[in-house]
Amino acid sequence: MNMGRESAPEYGLERFSDRIGFVTLTRKEIMRFWSVLGQTVTAPVITALMYLLVFAQAMKGRASAYPGVDYTQFLLPGLVMMSVIQNAFANSSSSLTQSKILGNLVFLLMAPLGAWELFGAYVTAALVRAALVAVSMLAVTAPFVTLPLHAPLALLAIFLLSAASLAVLGLIAAIIANKFDHLAAFTNFIITPLSFLSGVFYSVHALPPFWFTASHLNPFFYMIDGFRYGFFGTADAPIWLSLLWTSGFLAAVSAVCLWMLMTGFRLRR
Amino acid sequence: MIIPVADALAIDGVRKSYGNVQALDGVSFSIRRGEFFGLLGPNGAGKSTLINIIAGLVLADRGRVSVLGHDTVHDWRRARRLIGVVPQELVFDPFFKVLEMLRIQAGYFGCGRESWPWIDEMLERLDLSDKRNASMRSLSGGMKRRVLIAQALVHRPPVVILDEPTAGVDVELRRTLWSFMRELHGRGTTVVLTTHYLEEAQDLCERIAIVDRGRVCVIQTTQELLNRHPFRFLRLKLAGGAPLPESLVPLVSGEVNGSLELKLERDRHPIGAVFAALHNAGVAIEDVQTREPDLEDIFIELTHHAAPPRAAEEADAVPATAGQP
Repeated sequence: MNMGRESAPEYGLERFSDRIGFVTLTRKEIMRFWSVLGQTVTAPVITALMYLLVFAQAMKGRASAYPGVDYTQFLLPGLVMMSVIQNAFANSSSSLTQSKILGNLVFLLMAPLGAWELFGAYVTAALVRAALVAVSMLAVTAPFVTLPLHAPLALLAIFLLSAASLAVLGLIAAIIANKFDHLAAFTNFIITPLSFLSGVFYSVHALPPFWFTASHLNPFFYMIDGFRYGFFGTADAPIWLSLLWTSGFLAAVSAVCLWMLMTGFRLRR
Repeated sequence: MIIPVADALAIDGVRKSYGNVQALDGVSFSIRRGEFFGLLGPNGAGKSTLINIIAGLVLADRGRVSVLGHDTVHDWRRARRLIGVVPQELVFDPFFKVLEMLRIQAGYFGCGRESWPWIDEMLERLDLSDKRNASMRSLSGGMKRRVLIAQALVHRPPVVILDEPTAGVDVELRRTLWSFMRELHGRGTTVVLTTHYLEEAQDLCERIAIVDRGRVCVIQTTQELLNRHPFRFLRLKLAGGAPLPESLVPLVSGEVNGSLELKLERDRHPIGAVFAALHNAGVAIEDVQTREPDLEDIFIELTHHAAPPRAAEEADAVPATAGQP
Protein backbone atom coordinates (compact mmCIF):
# COMPACT_ATOMS: atom_id res chain seq x y z
CA MET A 1 0.00 0.00 0.00
CA ASN A 2 1.31 3.39 -0.95
CA MET A 3 0.87 6.00 1.74
CA GLY A 4 0.97 9.72 1.37
CA ARG A 5 -0.10 10.05 -2.24
CA GLU A 6 -3.18 11.86 -3.26
CA SER A 7 -6.07 9.72 -4.25
CA ALA A 8 -5.95 8.85 -7.93
CA PRO A 9 -9.20 9.06 -9.86
CA GLU A 10 -11.37 5.97 -9.68
CA TYR A 11 -11.82 4.23 -12.95
CA GLY A 12 -15.55 3.69 -13.02
CA LEU A 13 -15.64 -0.11 -13.01
CA GLU A 14 -19.42 0.11 -12.96
CA ARG A 15 -19.40 1.17 -16.60
CA PHE A 16 -18.52 -2.39 -17.58
CA SER A 17 -21.18 -5.04 -18.09
CA ASP A 18 -20.69 -8.77 -17.67
CA ARG A 19 -23.62 -9.38 -20.01
CA ILE A 20 -21.88 -7.57 -22.87
CA GLY A 21 -18.88 -9.87 -22.56
CA PHE A 22 -21.01 -12.98 -22.86
CA VAL A 23 -23.09 -11.57 -25.73
CA THR A 24 -19.95 -10.45 -27.58
CA LEU A 25 -18.28 -13.84 -27.33
CA THR A 26 -21.47 -15.61 -28.41
CA ARG A 27 -21.85 -13.30 -31.39
CA LYS A 28 -18.20 -13.67 -32.29
CA GLU A 29 -18.47 -17.46 -32.23
CA ILE A 30 -21.56 -17.31 -34.45
CA MET A 31 -19.80 -14.88 -36.82
CA ARG A 32 -16.86 -17.27 -36.96
CA PHE A 33 -18.84 -20.21 -38.32
CA TRP A 34 -21.11 -17.91 -40.33
CA SER A 35 -18.13 -16.53 -42.24
CA VAL A 36 -17.43 -20.04 -43.55
CA LEU A 37 -21.05 -21.21 -43.90
CA GLY A 38 -20.17 -23.42 -46.86
CA GLN A 39 -17.94 -25.55 -44.63
CA THR A 40 -19.92 -25.33 -41.43
CA VAL A 41 -23.52 -25.78 -42.57
CA THR A 42 -23.81 -26.53 -46.29
CA ALA A 43 -21.19 -29.29 -46.34
CA PRO A 44 -22.66 -31.33 -43.46
CA VAL A 45 -26.16 -30.97 -44.93
CA ILE A 46 -24.94 -32.29 -48.30
CA THR A 47 -23.08 -35.17 -46.62
CA ALA A 48 -26.18 -36.18 -44.68
CA LEU A 49 -28.30 -35.96 -47.83
CA MET A 50 -25.87 -38.29 -49.56
CA TYR A 51 -26.31 -40.82 -46.75
CA LEU A 52 -30.06 -40.45 -47.08
CA LEU A 53 -29.99 -40.94 -50.83
CA VAL A 54 -27.70 -43.97 -50.75
CA PHE A 55 -29.33 -45.78 -47.82
CA ALA A 56 -32.85 -44.96 -48.92
CA GLN A 57 -32.13 -46.50 -52.33
CA ALA A 58 -30.22 -49.49 -50.96
CA MET A 59 -32.86 -50.29 -48.35
CA LYS A 60 -35.84 -49.45 -50.57
CA GLY A 61 -38.79 -51.65 -49.83
CA ARG A 62 -37.50 -52.87 -46.47
CA ALA A 63 -39.70 -52.24 -43.52
CA SER A 64 -38.44 -50.14 -40.63
CA ALA A 65 -38.75 -51.23 -37.02
CA TYR A 66 -41.79 -49.06 -36.44
CA PRO A 67 -45.23 -49.82 -37.81
CA GLY A 68 -46.41 -47.39 -40.44
CA VAL A 69 -42.99 -45.77 -40.79
CA ASP A 70 -41.00 -46.47 -43.95
CA TYR A 71 -37.22 -46.77 -43.88
CA THR A 72 -36.51 -43.34 -45.32
CA GLN A 73 -38.71 -41.74 -42.69
CA PHE A 74 -37.01 -43.84 -40.01
CA LEU A 75 -33.56 -42.86 -41.28
CA LEU A 76 -34.01 -39.10 -41.58
CA PRO A 77 -34.33 -38.14 -37.86
CA GLY A 78 -31.28 -40.29 -37.08
CA LEU A 79 -29.25 -38.57 -39.79
CA VAL A 80 -30.37 -35.17 -38.58
CA MET A 81 -29.38 -35.95 -35.01
CA MET A 82 -26.06 -37.46 -36.16
CA SER A 83 -25.31 -34.20 -37.99
CA VAL A 84 -26.37 -32.21 -34.93
CA ILE A 85 -24.01 -34.27 -32.76
CA GLN A 86 -21.07 -33.95 -35.13
CA ASN A 87 -21.52 -30.25 -35.84
CA ALA A 88 -22.11 -29.17 -32.26
CA PHE A 89 -18.90 -30.98 -31.34
CA ALA A 90 -17.00 -29.56 -34.31
CA ASN A 91 -18.07 -25.98 -33.66
CA SER A 92 -16.79 -25.60 -30.11
CA SER A 93 -13.82 -27.91 -30.50
CA SER A 94 -12.44 -26.41 -33.70
CA SER A 95 -12.90 -22.84 -32.51
CA LEU A 96 -11.15 -23.31 -29.19
CA THR A 97 -8.40 -25.53 -30.61
CA GLN A 98 -7.71 -23.01 -33.35
CA SER A 99 -7.51 -20.19 -30.80
CA LYS A 100 -5.10 -22.23 -28.71
CA ILE A 101 -2.88 -23.11 -31.62
CA LEU A 102 -2.89 -19.64 -33.20
CA GLY A 103 -2.31 -18.08 -29.79
CA ASN A 104 -5.24 -15.66 -29.96
CA LEU A 105 -6.85 -17.38 -26.98
CA VAL A 106 -4.87 -14.91 -24.86
CA PHE A 107 -7.39 -12.20 -25.79
CA LEU A 108 -10.13 -14.27 -24.20
CA LEU A 109 -8.12 -15.43 -21.22
CA MET A 110 -7.01 -11.89 -20.36
CA ALA A 111 -10.58 -10.63 -20.53
CA PRO A 112 -12.81 -10.50 -17.46
CA LEU A 113 -14.89 -13.44 -18.66
CA GLY A 114 -15.69 -16.19 -16.19
CA ALA A 115 -15.99 -19.93 -16.70
CA TRP A 116 -19.76 -19.76 -17.03
CA GLU A 117 -19.60 -17.01 -19.64
CA LEU A 118 -17.04 -18.88 -21.75
CA PHE A 119 -19.03 -22.07 -21.35
CA GLY A 120 -22.35 -20.42 -22.18
CA ALA A 121 -21.06 -18.55 -25.21
CA TYR A 122 -19.37 -21.53 -26.86
CA VAL A 123 -22.38 -23.78 -26.18
CA THR A 124 -24.88 -21.21 -27.47
CA ALA A 125 -22.95 -20.72 -30.70
CA ALA A 126 -22.75 -24.49 -31.19
CA LEU A 127 -26.50 -24.77 -30.59
CA VAL A 128 -27.12 -22.16 -33.28
CA ARG A 129 -24.97 -24.05 -35.78
CA ALA A 130 -26.56 -27.38 -34.87
CA ALA A 131 -30.04 -25.86 -35.25
CA LEU A 132 -29.11 -24.40 -38.63
CA VAL A 133 -27.86 -27.78 -39.83
CA ALA A 134 -30.96 -29.59 -38.51
CA VAL A 135 -33.44 -27.10 -39.94
CA SER A 136 -31.62 -27.02 -43.28
CA MET A 137 -31.69 -30.81 -43.53
CA LEU A 138 -35.36 -31.02 -42.65
CA ALA A 139 -36.20 -28.20 -45.06
CA VAL A 140 -34.23 -29.69 -47.96
CA THR A 141 -35.77 -33.17 -47.50
CA ALA A 142 -39.31 -31.92 -46.80
CA PRO A 143 -40.45 -32.32 -50.44
CA PHE A 144 -39.34 -35.98 -50.46
CA VAL A 145 -39.78 -37.26 -46.92
CA THR A 146 -42.82 -36.47 -44.84
CA LEU A 147 -42.27 -36.65 -41.11
CA PRO A 148 -45.03 -36.52 -38.51
CA LEU A 149 -44.49 -34.36 -35.41
CA HIS A 150 -45.71 -36.34 -32.42
CA ALA A 151 -44.04 -34.63 -29.44
CA PRO A 152 -42.50 -31.26 -30.34
CA LEU A 153 -41.49 -30.41 -26.78
CA ALA A 154 -39.67 -33.72 -26.33
CA LEU A 155 -38.06 -33.17 -29.72
CA LEU A 156 -36.87 -29.72 -28.73
CA ALA A 157 -35.67 -30.91 -25.34
CA ILE A 158 -33.69 -33.80 -26.82
CA PHE A 159 -32.22 -31.53 -29.48
CA LEU A 160 -31.09 -28.93 -26.94
CA LEU A 161 -29.71 -31.48 -24.49
CA SER A 162 -27.88 -33.42 -27.21
CA ALA A 163 -26.40 -30.42 -29.03
CA ALA A 164 -25.35 -28.84 -25.73
CA SER A 165 -23.74 -32.10 -24.56
CA LEU A 166 -21.68 -32.38 -27.72
CA ALA A 167 -20.74 -28.70 -27.64
CA VAL A 168 -19.46 -29.22 -24.09
CA LEU A 169 -17.65 -32.40 -25.11
CA GLY A 170 -16.07 -30.34 -27.90
CA LEU A 171 -14.83 -27.82 -25.36
CA ILE A 172 -13.34 -30.59 -23.24
CA ALA A 173 -11.61 -32.10 -26.27
CA ALA A 174 -10.22 -28.70 -27.28
CA ILE A 175 -8.97 -27.97 -23.77
CA ILE A 176 -7.15 -31.31 -23.73
CA ALA A 177 -5.87 -31.09 -27.32
CA ASN A 178 -2.61 -29.32 -27.99
CA LYS A 179 -2.77 -29.80 -31.75
CA PHE A 180 -5.30 -30.69 -34.40
CA ASP A 181 -4.07 -34.30 -34.41
CA HIS A 182 -5.30 -34.70 -30.85
CA LEU A 183 -8.67 -33.30 -31.81
CA ALA A 184 -8.87 -35.54 -34.87
CA ALA A 185 -8.17 -38.55 -32.65
CA PHE A 186 -11.03 -37.52 -30.38
CA THR A 187 -13.34 -37.19 -33.39
CA ASN A 188 -12.22 -40.35 -35.16
CA PHE A 189 -12.02 -42.67 -32.17
CA ILE A 190 -14.85 -41.41 -29.98
CA ILE A 191 -17.41 -39.19 -31.67
CA THR A 192 -17.72 -40.92 -35.06
CA PRO A 193 -17.86 -44.52 -33.75
CA LEU A 194 -20.35 -43.63 -31.03
CA SER A 195 -22.58 -41.77 -33.49
CA PHE A 196 -22.46 -44.62 -36.04
CA LEU A 197 -23.16 -47.24 -33.35
CA SER A 198 -26.14 -45.39 -31.98
CA GLY A 199 -28.94 -46.72 -34.17
CA VAL A 200 -28.87 -44.05 -36.85
CA PHE A 201 -29.31 -46.59 -39.64
CA TYR A 202 -31.14 -49.36 -37.78
CA SER A 203 -33.24 -50.18 -34.76
CA VAL A 204 -31.17 -51.62 -31.94
CA HIS A 205 -33.74 -54.40 -31.61
CA ALA A 206 -32.22 -55.86 -34.75
CA LEU A 207 -28.85 -56.27 -33.02
CA PRO A 208 -27.46 -59.42 -31.30
CA PRO A 209 -27.90 -59.36 -27.47
CA PHE A 210 -24.36 -58.13 -26.72
CA TRP A 211 -24.55 -55.16 -29.07
CA PHE A 212 -28.12 -54.48 -27.99
CA THR A 213 -26.90 -54.12 -24.39
CA ALA A 214 -23.81 -52.17 -25.45
CA SER A 215 -25.97 -49.72 -27.39
CA HIS A 216 -27.88 -48.95 -24.22
CA LEU A 217 -24.64 -47.72 -22.64
CA ASN A 218 -24.03 -45.32 -25.51
CA PRO A 219 -25.41 -41.86 -24.69
CA PHE A 220 -25.67 -41.07 -28.41
CA PHE A 221 -28.22 -43.88 -28.76
CA TYR A 222 -30.61 -42.04 -26.40
CA MET A 223 -30.09 -38.79 -28.29
CA ILE A 224 -31.06 -40.34 -31.60
CA ASP A 225 -33.77 -42.55 -30.16
CA GLY A 226 -35.34 -39.67 -28.23
CA PHE A 227 -35.21 -37.46 -31.32
CA ARG A 228 -37.02 -40.15 -33.30
CA TYR A 229 -39.64 -40.37 -30.57
CA GLY A 230 -40.36 -36.67 -31.05
CA PHE A 231 -41.38 -37.37 -34.64
CA PHE A 232 -43.03 -40.80 -34.45
CA GLY A 233 -44.17 -41.17 -30.84
CA THR A 234 -42.47 -44.54 -30.72
CA ALA A 235 -38.84 -45.48 -30.13
CA ASP A 236 -36.51 -48.26 -28.95
CA ALA A 237 -36.29 -46.82 -25.43
CA PRO A 238 -38.92 -44.93 -23.39
CA ILE A 239 -38.67 -41.14 -23.89
CA TRP A 240 -38.22 -40.52 -20.16
CA LEU A 241 -35.16 -42.77 -20.21
CA SER A 242 -33.73 -40.91 -23.22
CA LEU A 243 -34.32 -37.56 -21.51
CA LEU A 244 -32.80 -38.86 -18.31
CA TRP A 245 -29.70 -40.26 -20.01
CA THR A 246 -29.18 -37.16 -22.13
CA SER A 247 -29.68 -34.82 -19.16
CA GLY A 248 -27.31 -36.90 -17.04
CA PHE A 249 -24.70 -36.93 -19.79
CA LEU A 250 -24.97 -33.16 -20.19
CA ALA A 251 -24.66 -32.67 -16.44
CA ALA A 252 -21.58 -34.93 -16.27
CA VAL A 253 -19.69 -33.36 -19.18
CA SER A 254 -20.67 -29.86 -18.03
CA ALA A 255 -19.29 -30.53 -14.56
CA VAL A 256 -15.97 -31.68 -16.05
CA CYS A 257 -15.81 -28.78 -18.50
CA LEU A 258 -16.66 -26.13 -15.91
CA TRP A 259 -14.05 -27.54 -13.58
CA MET A 260 -11.50 -27.26 -16.39
CA LEU A 261 -12.51 -23.68 -17.18
CA MET A 262 -12.60 -22.61 -13.54
CA THR A 263 -9.20 -24.07 -12.69
CA GLY A 264 -7.61 -23.06 -15.99
CA PHE A 265 -6.75 -26.69 -16.70
CA ARG A 266 -4.43 -26.74 -19.75
CA LEU A 267 -5.46 -23.19 -20.57
CA ARG A 268 -3.73 -21.13 -17.93
CA ARG A 269 -0.32 -22.70 -17.47
CA MET B 1 -6.57 15.37 2.07
CA ILE B 2 -3.88 12.73 2.12
CA ILE B 3 -5.31 9.23 1.97
CA PRO B 4 -3.68 5.91 1.18
CA VAL B 5 -4.10 4.63 -2.33
CA ALA B 6 -3.33 1.20 -3.71
CA ASP B 7 -0.33 0.75 -5.93
CA ALA B 8 -0.99 0.25 -9.62
CA LEU B 9 0.64 -3.16 -9.32
CA ALA B 10 1.68 -4.95 -6.15
CA ILE B 11 3.63 -8.15 -6.63
CA ASP B 12 4.30 -10.11 -3.48
CA GLY B 13 6.47 -13.21 -3.23
CA VAL B 14 5.55 -14.61 -6.62
CA ARG B 15 7.05 -17.98 -7.44
CA LYS B 16 6.61 -20.08 -10.53
CA SER B 17 8.43 -23.14 -11.73
CA TYR B 18 8.12 -25.29 -14.82
CA GLY B 19 9.41 -28.72 -13.90
CA ASN B 20 12.91 -28.17 -12.56
CA VAL B 21 13.17 -24.68 -13.96
CA GLN B 22 12.50 -21.92 -11.46
CA ALA B 23 11.06 -19.19 -13.69
CA LEU B 24 10.26 -16.81 -10.81
CA ASP B 25 11.81 -17.13 -7.40
CA GLY B 26 9.98 -14.97 -4.90
CA VAL B 27 9.54 -11.76 -6.88
CA SER B 28 8.22 -8.82 -4.86
CA PHE B 29 7.93 -5.18 -5.84
CA SER B 30 5.29 -2.59 -6.49
CA ILE B 31 4.61 -0.04 -9.17
CA ARG B 32 3.04 3.24 -8.17
CA ARG B 33 0.06 4.76 -9.91
CA GLY B 34 0.99 6.88 -12.85
CA GLU B 35 4.53 5.53 -13.17
CA PHE B 36 6.28 4.74 -16.43
CA PHE B 37 8.04 1.61 -15.26
CA GLY B 38 10.62 -0.53 -17.01
CA LEU B 39 10.92 -4.25 -16.45
CA LEU B 40 14.20 -5.37 -17.94
CA GLY B 41 16.14 -8.57 -18.05
CA PRO B 42 17.85 -10.96 -20.43
CA ASN B 43 15.92 -13.59 -22.36
CA GLY B 44 14.55 -16.21 -20.02
CA ALA B 45 14.85 -13.95 -16.98
CA GLY B 46 11.18 -14.41 -16.11
CA LYS B 47 9.74 -11.10 -17.36
CA SER B 48 7.11 -12.63 -19.61
CA THR B 49 6.18 -15.21 -16.98
CA LEU B 50 5.61 -12.38 -14.52
CA ILE B 51 3.55 -10.42 -17.04
CA ASN B 52 1.50 -13.51 -17.84
CA ILE B 53 0.83 -14.02 -14.13
CA ILE B 54 -0.31 -10.41 -13.81
CA ALA B 55 -2.53 -10.85 -16.89
CA GLY B 56 -4.01 -14.10 -15.56
CA LEU B 57 -2.56 -16.24 -18.34
CA VAL B 58 -0.31 -18.14 -15.96
CA LEU B 59 -1.11 -19.26 -12.43
CA ALA B 60 1.60 -18.55 -9.87
CA ASP B 61 2.70 -21.39 -7.59
CA ARG B 62 2.91 -18.96 -4.68
CA GLY B 63 2.53 -15.30 -3.94
CA ARG B 64 -0.04 -12.76 -4.97
CA VAL B 65 -0.49 -9.93 -7.42
CA SER B 66 -2.95 -7.09 -7.19
CA VAL B 67 -3.91 -4.43 -9.69
CA LEU B 68 -4.97 -1.15 -8.07
CA GLY B 69 -5.75 -3.13 -4.95
CA HIS B 70 -7.70 -5.91 -6.68
CA ASP B 71 -6.24 -9.39 -6.29
CA THR B 72 -5.73 -11.06 -9.66
CA VAL B 73 -6.96 -14.41 -8.31
CA HIS B 74 -9.69 -13.59 -5.80
CA ASP B 75 -10.94 -10.43 -7.50
CA TRP B 76 -9.87 -11.37 -11.00
CA ARG B 77 -12.74 -9.76 -12.85
CA ARG B 78 -12.02 -6.27 -11.52
CA ALA B 79 -8.26 -6.78 -11.76
CA ARG B 80 -8.46 -7.78 -15.42
CA ARG B 81 -10.64 -4.80 -16.27
CA LEU B 82 -7.94 -2.52 -14.93
CA ILE B 83 -5.09 -3.78 -17.06
CA GLY B 84 -4.36 -3.96 -20.75
CA VAL B 85 -1.55 -6.20 -21.92
CA VAL B 86 0.18 -6.07 -25.29
CA PRO B 87 1.50 -9.61 -25.74
CA GLN B 88 4.96 -10.26 -27.09
CA GLU B 89 3.84 -12.66 -29.84
CA LEU B 90 2.08 -11.40 -32.97
CA VAL B 91 -1.17 -13.24 -32.36
CA PHE B 92 -4.41 -12.49 -34.19
CA ASP B 93 -7.73 -14.01 -35.16
CA PRO B 94 -7.72 -14.63 -38.92
CA PHE B 95 -11.51 -14.66 -39.19
CA PHE B 96 -12.00 -10.98 -38.51
CA LYS B 97 -11.25 -7.52 -39.80
CA VAL B 98 -9.37 -4.92 -37.78
CA LEU B 99 -12.40 -2.92 -36.68
CA GLU B 100 -14.43 -6.06 -35.90
CA MET B 101 -11.57 -7.40 -33.82
CA LEU B 102 -11.27 -4.21 -31.78
CA ARG B 103 -15.01 -4.01 -31.15
CA ILE B 104 -15.05 -7.68 -30.14
CA GLN B 105 -12.17 -7.08 -27.74
CA ALA B 106 -13.98 -4.08 -26.24
CA GLY B 107 -17.05 -6.27 -25.82
CA TYR B 108 -15.07 -8.93 -23.96
CA PHE B 109 -14.28 -6.23 -21.42
CA GLY B 110 -17.93 -5.29 -21.11
CA CYS B 111 -17.68 -2.14 -23.22
CA GLY B 112 -20.48 -1.48 -25.67
CA ARG B 113 -21.03 1.11 -28.37
CA GLU B 114 -19.79 3.89 -26.10
CA SER B 115 -16.27 2.57 -26.73
CA TRP B 116 -16.52 2.95 -30.51
CA PRO B 117 -15.39 6.62 -30.68
CA TRP B 118 -12.33 5.68 -28.61
CA ILE B 119 -11.63 2.79 -31.00
CA ASP B 120 -11.84 5.24 -33.91
CA GLU B 121 -9.44 7.57 -32.12
CA MET B 122 -6.96 4.75 -31.54
CA LEU B 123 -7.15 3.70 -35.17
CA GLU B 124 -6.33 7.28 -36.08
CA ARG B 125 -3.51 7.63 -33.56
CA LEU B 126 -1.92 4.33 -34.55
CA ASP B 127 -2.21 5.09 -38.28
CA LEU B 128 -4.64 2.23 -38.80
CA SER B 129 -7.59 4.21 -40.15
CA ASP B 130 -7.13 3.01 -43.71
CA LYS B 131 -6.82 -0.59 -42.48
CA ARG B 132 -10.01 -0.64 -40.40
CA ASN B 133 -11.76 -2.97 -42.86
CA ALA B 134 -8.69 -5.01 -43.74
CA SER B 135 -8.56 -8.66 -42.79
CA MET B 136 -6.14 -9.34 -39.95
CA ARG B 137 -4.27 -11.91 -42.00
CA SER B 138 -3.58 -9.38 -44.78
CA LEU B 139 -1.68 -6.99 -42.48
CA SER B 140 2.09 -6.65 -42.28
CA GLY B 141 3.87 -7.51 -39.03
CA GLY B 142 4.10 -3.85 -38.02
CA MET B 143 0.40 -3.30 -38.67
CA LYS B 144 -0.50 -6.40 -36.67
CA ARG B 145 1.59 -5.03 -33.82
CA ARG B 146 -0.40 -1.76 -33.96
CA VAL B 147 -3.66 -3.71 -33.77
CA LEU B 148 -2.32 -5.61 -30.75
CA ILE B 149 -1.58 -2.32 -29.05
CA ALA B 150 -5.06 -1.02 -29.83
CA GLN B 151 -6.60 -4.26 -28.54
CA ALA B 152 -4.85 -3.80 -25.21
CA LEU B 153 -6.20 -0.28 -24.90
CA VAL B 154 -9.82 -0.72 -26.06
CA HIS B 155 -11.22 -0.68 -22.54
CA ARG B 156 -9.11 2.32 -21.50
CA PRO B 157 -7.22 0.45 -18.80
CA PRO B 158 -5.51 2.57 -16.14
CA VAL B 159 -2.57 0.13 -16.17
CA VAL B 160 -0.96 -0.84 -19.47
CA ILE B 161 1.69 -3.52 -19.83
CA LEU B 162 3.72 -3.62 -23.01
CA ASP B 163 5.71 -6.81 -23.46
CA GLU B 164 8.41 -5.95 -25.97
CA PRO B 165 6.08 -3.87 -28.12
CA THR B 166 8.78 -2.61 -30.46
CA ALA B 167 10.43 -5.94 -31.22
CA GLY B 168 10.87 -6.11 -34.97
CA VAL B 169 8.98 -2.92 -35.81
CA ASP B 170 10.12 0.05 -37.83
CA VAL B 171 11.23 3.43 -36.51
CA GLU B 172 7.99 5.12 -37.51
CA LEU B 173 5.87 2.78 -35.39
CA ARG B 174 8.22 3.19 -32.47
CA ARG B 175 7.86 6.94 -32.62
CA THR B 176 4.09 6.71 -33.02
CA LEU B 177 3.82 4.24 -30.17
CA TRP B 178 5.98 6.15 -27.73
CA SER B 179 4.28 9.41 -28.51
CA PHE B 180 0.91 7.76 -27.84
CA MET B 181 2.16 6.10 -24.66
CA ARG B 182 3.62 9.37 -23.37
CA GLU B 183 0.26 10.98 -23.97
CA LEU B 184 -1.59 8.22 -22.10
CA HIS B 185 0.96 8.40 -19.31
CA GLY B 186 0.43 12.15 -19.18
CA ARG B 187 -3.26 11.49 -18.60
CA GLY B 188 -2.47 9.29 -15.60
CA THR B 189 -2.11 5.83 -17.11
CA THR B 190 0.48 3.59 -15.48
CA VAL B 191 2.73 2.09 -18.14
CA VAL B 192 4.88 -0.98 -17.62
CA LEU B 193 7.35 -1.69 -20.37
CA THR B 194 9.63 -4.59 -21.14
CA THR B 195 12.04 -4.10 -23.96
CA HIS B 196 15.43 -5.20 -25.21
CA TYR B 197 16.01 -1.68 -26.56
CA LEU B 198 17.54 -0.27 -23.41
CA GLU B 199 17.79 3.25 -24.76
CA GLU B 200 13.99 3.23 -24.97
CA ALA B 201 13.71 2.24 -21.33
CA GLN B 202 16.30 4.83 -20.31
CA ASP B 203 14.45 7.50 -22.25
CA LEU B 204 10.92 6.64 -21.12
CA CYS B 205 10.96 4.98 -17.73
CA GLU B 206 10.99 6.73 -14.39
CA ARG B 207 11.86 3.57 -12.49
CA ILE B 208 13.36 0.32 -13.62
CA ALA B 209 13.48 -3.20 -12.23
CA ILE B 210 16.08 -5.56 -13.61
CA VAL B 211 15.07 -9.18 -13.38
CA ASP B 212 17.49 -12.02 -13.83
CA ARG B 213 17.08 -15.76 -13.30
CA GLY B 214 13.67 -15.25 -11.78
CA ARG B 215 14.74 -12.66 -9.23
CA VAL B 216 14.71 -8.89 -9.07
CA CYS B 217 18.38 -7.81 -9.09
CA VAL B 218 17.67 -4.14 -8.61
CA ILE B 219 14.79 -1.71 -8.60
CA GLN B 220 15.64 1.98 -8.69
CA THR B 221 14.85 5.19 -10.49
CA THR B 222 16.53 5.36 -13.86
CA GLN B 223 18.84 8.12 -12.64
CA GLU B 224 19.83 6.17 -9.53
CA LEU B 225 20.61 3.21 -11.70
CA LEU B 226 22.80 5.28 -13.99
CA ASN B 227 24.56 6.86 -11.01
CA ARG B 228 25.38 3.52 -9.47
CA HIS B 229 27.85 2.75 -12.24
CA PRO B 230 31.29 3.83 -10.95
CA PHE B 231 32.86 4.02 -14.40
CA ARG B 232 33.08 6.28 -17.39
CA PHE B 233 34.49 5.45 -20.79
CA LEU B 234 37.23 7.12 -22.76
CA ARG B 235 37.77 6.37 -26.43
CA LEU B 236 41.18 7.14 -27.84
CA LYS B 237 42.44 7.02 -31.37
CA LEU B 238 46.20 7.11 -31.21
CA ALA B 239 48.17 8.83 -33.97
CA GLY B 240 50.04 6.51 -36.31
CA GLY B 241 48.73 3.41 -34.60
CA ALA B 242 51.17 3.89 -31.68
CA PRO B 243 50.95 1.30 -28.88
CA LEU B 244 49.28 2.18 -25.61
CA PRO B 245 51.62 2.66 -22.64
CA GLU B 246 51.86 -0.47 -20.48
CA SER B 247 50.30 1.28 -17.47
CA LEU B 248 47.07 1.91 -19.38
CA VAL B 249 46.67 -1.52 -20.96
CA PRO B 250 44.71 -3.00 -18.00
CA LEU B 251 42.11 -0.27 -18.47
CA VAL B 252 41.27 -1.24 -22.04
CA SER B 253 37.76 -2.63 -22.25
CA GLY B 254 37.59 -3.01 -25.99
CA GLU B 255 38.11 -1.57 -29.41
CA VAL B 256 35.45 0.22 -31.42
CA ASN B 257 36.04 1.36 -35.01
CA GLY B 258 39.80 1.57 -34.59
CA SER B 259 39.60 3.43 -31.27
CA LEU B 260 40.56 1.92 -27.94
CA GLU B 261 37.93 2.16 -25.23
CA LEU B 262 39.25 2.58 -21.72
CA LYS B 263 37.01 1.93 -18.75
CA LEU B 264 37.89 4.37 -16.02
CA GLU B 265 36.83 4.17 -12.42
CA ARG B 266 35.59 7.64 -11.49
CA ASP B 267 37.47 7.87 -8.20
CA ARG B 268 40.68 6.04 -9.14
CA HIS B 269 41.36 6.94 -12.76
CA PRO B 270 41.03 10.65 -13.53
CA ILE B 271 41.07 11.39 -17.25
CA GLY B 272 43.92 13.85 -16.72
CA ALA B 273 46.12 11.00 -15.46
CA VAL B 274 45.46 9.04 -18.67
CA PHE B 275 46.46 12.02 -20.81
CA ALA B 276 49.55 12.52 -18.65
CA ALA B 277 50.58 8.89 -19.13
CA LEU B 278 50.15 9.22 -22.90
CA HIS B 279 52.12 12.46 -22.94
CA ASN B 280 54.95 10.95 -20.87
CA ALA B 281 55.12 7.98 -23.25
CA GLY B 282 55.28 10.35 -26.22
CA VAL B 283 52.06 9.02 -27.73
CA ALA B 284 50.07 11.52 -29.78
CA ILE B 285 46.26 11.46 -29.74
CA GLU B 286 44.41 11.72 -33.02
CA ASP B 287 40.88 11.73 -31.59
CA VAL B 288 39.24 11.47 -28.19
CA GLN B 289 35.69 10.85 -26.98
CA THR B 290 34.19 10.33 -23.57
CA ARG B 291 31.05 8.35 -22.89
CA GLU B 292 28.99 8.23 -19.73
CA PRO B 293 27.63 4.79 -18.83
CA ASP B 294 24.16 4.11 -20.12
CA LEU B 295 21.53 1.65 -19.04
CA GLU B 296 23.08 -1.01 -21.17
CA ASP B 297 26.31 -0.86 -19.16
CA ILE B 298 24.32 -1.20 -15.94
CA PHE B 299 22.28 -4.00 -17.42
CA ILE B 300 25.35 -5.94 -18.46
CA GLU B 301 26.99 -5.32 -15.10
CA LEU B 302 24.00 -6.73 -13.27
CA THR B 303 23.28 -9.59 -15.61
CA HIS B 304 26.78 -10.19 -16.91
CA HIS B 305 26.13 -13.78 -17.88
CA ALA B 306 23.79 -12.60 -20.61
CA ALA B 307 23.53 -9.62 -22.89
CA PRO B 308 20.64 -8.01 -24.74
CA PRO B 309 20.64 -8.22 -28.53
CA ARG B 310 22.26 -4.83 -29.16
CA ALA B 311 24.96 -5.46 -26.60
CA ALA B 312 25.55 -8.89 -28.06
CA GLU B 313 26.01 -7.36 -31.51
CA GLU B 314 28.50 -4.83 -30.21
CA ALA B 315 30.30 -7.46 -28.24
CA ASP B 316 31.21 -9.08 -31.55
CA ALA B 317 33.19 -5.97 -32.35
CA VAL B 318 34.59 -5.51 -28.84
CA PRO B 319 36.43 -8.55 -27.57
CA ALA B 320 38.40 -8.62 -24.35
CA THR B 321 36.37 -7.75 -21.26
CA ALA B 322 33.77 -5.45 -22.74
CA GLY B 323 31.34 -4.25 -20.14
CA GLN B 324 32.76 -6.27 -17.28
CA PRO B 325 33.04 -4.26 -14.07
